Amino acid sequence: MNNLWDLYLQQFKTTFASMVQYRASLVIWMISHVLEPLVYLIVWSTVSLTGGGSVGDYTTRQFAGYFLVLMLVNHVTYTWIMYEFEYRVREGMFSVALLKPVHPIHSDIADNISSKLITLPMMIVVAVGLGFMFHPVIAPPVWALASAIPALVLAFMVRFLLEWTLAQSAFWTTRVGAINQIYFVLVLFLSGQIAPLTLFPKFVQIIAGVLPFRWMIGFPVELLLGRLSPEQAWAGIGAQLVWLLVGYALFRIVWRAGVRIYSAVGA
Amino acid sequence: MSSNAIHIENLQKIYVVSERESGVRAAFQSLFHRRTSEVRAVDGISFNVDPGEIVGFLGPNGAGKTTTLKMLSGLLHPTTGDASVLGFVPSRRERAFLRQITLVMGQRNELYWDIPPLDSFELNRAVYRIPTADYRRMLDELTDLLNLQELLHKPVRNLSLGERMKCEIAAALLHTPQVVFLDEPTIGLDVTMQRRIRSFIAEYNKRFGATVLLTSHYMADVEALCKRVIVIHHGKLLFDGDLSRLVQKFTAHKTIIVQLEQPDADLSSYGELVSHDESHYTLRVPKSETAHITERLLADLPIIDLLVEDPPIEEVIEQVFAQEGA
Repeated sequence: MNNLWDLYLQQFKTTFASMVQYRASLVIWMISHVLEPLVYLIVWSTVSLTGGGSVGDYTTRQFAGYFLVLMLVNHVTYTWIMYEFEYRVREGMFSVALLKPVHPIHSDIADNISSKLITLPMMIVVAVGLGFMFHPVIAPPVWALASAIPALVLAFMVRFLLEWTLAQSAFWTTRVGAINQIYFVLVLFLSGQIAPLTLFPKFVQIIAGVLPFRWMIGFPVELLLGRLSPEQAWAGIGAQLVWLLVGYALFRIVWRAGVRIYSAVGA
Repeated sequence: MSSNAIHIENLQKIYVVSERESGVRAAFQSLFHRRTSEVRAVDGISFNVDPGEIVGFLGPNGAGKTTTLKMLSGLLHPTTGDASVLGFVPSRRERAFLRQITLVMGQRNELYWDIPPLDSFELNRAVYRIPTADYRRMLDELTDLLNLQELLHKPVRNLSLGERMKCEIAAALLHTPQVVFLDEPTIGLDVTMQRRIRSFIAEYNKRFGATVLLTSHYMADVEALCKRVIVIHHGKLLFDGDLSRLVQKFTAHKTIIVQLEQPDADLSSYGELVSHDESHYTLRVPKSETAHITERLLADLPIIDLLVEDPPIEEVIEQVFAQEGA
């Protein structure tokens, strides 16, 4: 465990040193992370204003709260592994990783957390600034704030495992882009990214409850906004734990099969 | 078996590749019916390497050298046959195994592009769990042997190809591997840099008793480093033994270079005249008759100087492939 800590620490230093080399791209990347939820925020606020100050169970200022919290939650749980994996396999960089006596997921986790540690404070500043502009309503009870911490950690872990597993499709196909596209559309609609899930028809909400996407993004957002009862919070954390187990099992199975394919066809 | 550092028996790797004709129609057909063919990259080779040996692994492009190295380092699963490295089965990729080997490929990128090599080295220290004291000692030694002082703190993207290669090699050896696979370690480097890397490999082998299996297109590498060579072609083993024996076995000729007092002599009756400039003549003669012809030359002609040589190793290798590859 101690050695793994050392590995994470070194990876943090490496990621940090690499990131500060590209300050401009860092800023552009952050702008894109701010812009998308901001657009939805403005659209929904406008819809809500023209509809008499609310849509469904969301007032204009609650929409502002929803999307500002979403912006941060999405940032915390976001991964870019699906873009990287194809490149690694194609360029033979995977061979380097396979020669190391450590599972490659560790350096990816460490890399992800490291860059979040650098960018998250800036995102919080941006979110607070936008808060002054849009006057959001965010009123979670203390218990909800406390349980949002494990919910966020679990959301990150579930999303990371699932996306790392999905990224491995690069072992089988060179057309990973199509798979990613389908995945992103599903996430957009079924995680609560484009709109709060309670605004969708009942059957969509049921589907979203069965699938993992809501548990990666929408659930911690609703928890942080104080929109869930304690029972709903427990049930949500339970669903996250189930998806964590499912994700871990998938990750193990796909990794084994992927490495077998990789080492059969030539690395 | 476990006394060998490397032991392989009947090792075989068959790739299944899909193929199709060019054109839209063929592309469409391949949607429904995919034609595949087998490529025997490595076709039943066996050899042993003792601990501490440096062995040159030779063969033309596509002979199966890299495939073999990848099987030995656990990146590729053999189709059939056995491989054992330090008593481990490479394809299981056990951590204890991976900690004791390294594979350096000419095009391999171990180093992070945007940061100095030293930072990447530190990361490898953590990955391989090298105790800090050992890491310091090894880093000092590698810095010294490869002349890295100036390079350690520059971003990798600012290094030249040769400088980067030296750092790549250092990164791959920080954990003091007992078995080192080198795939074209000097490719694309200038002569001085090639020589430096060569002497480094010899030094590493001597200091740490490491086993080295090396492929190279540069015969100078092989001649300087390897007493023993293994030659493969079309996935099959052609020769395994001393470099000098390879020359003996595959060359039926020797070269005699004579310098005469008068410029225009006719030497065609002594052997095949390969080249001739002014008073220097180069003759190719059957090996068995070398002594006899030399004697005749000395007796018949006013000779200033005479030299008997084996043909250059490149030529020998070329001949090996020409003979066996047809």
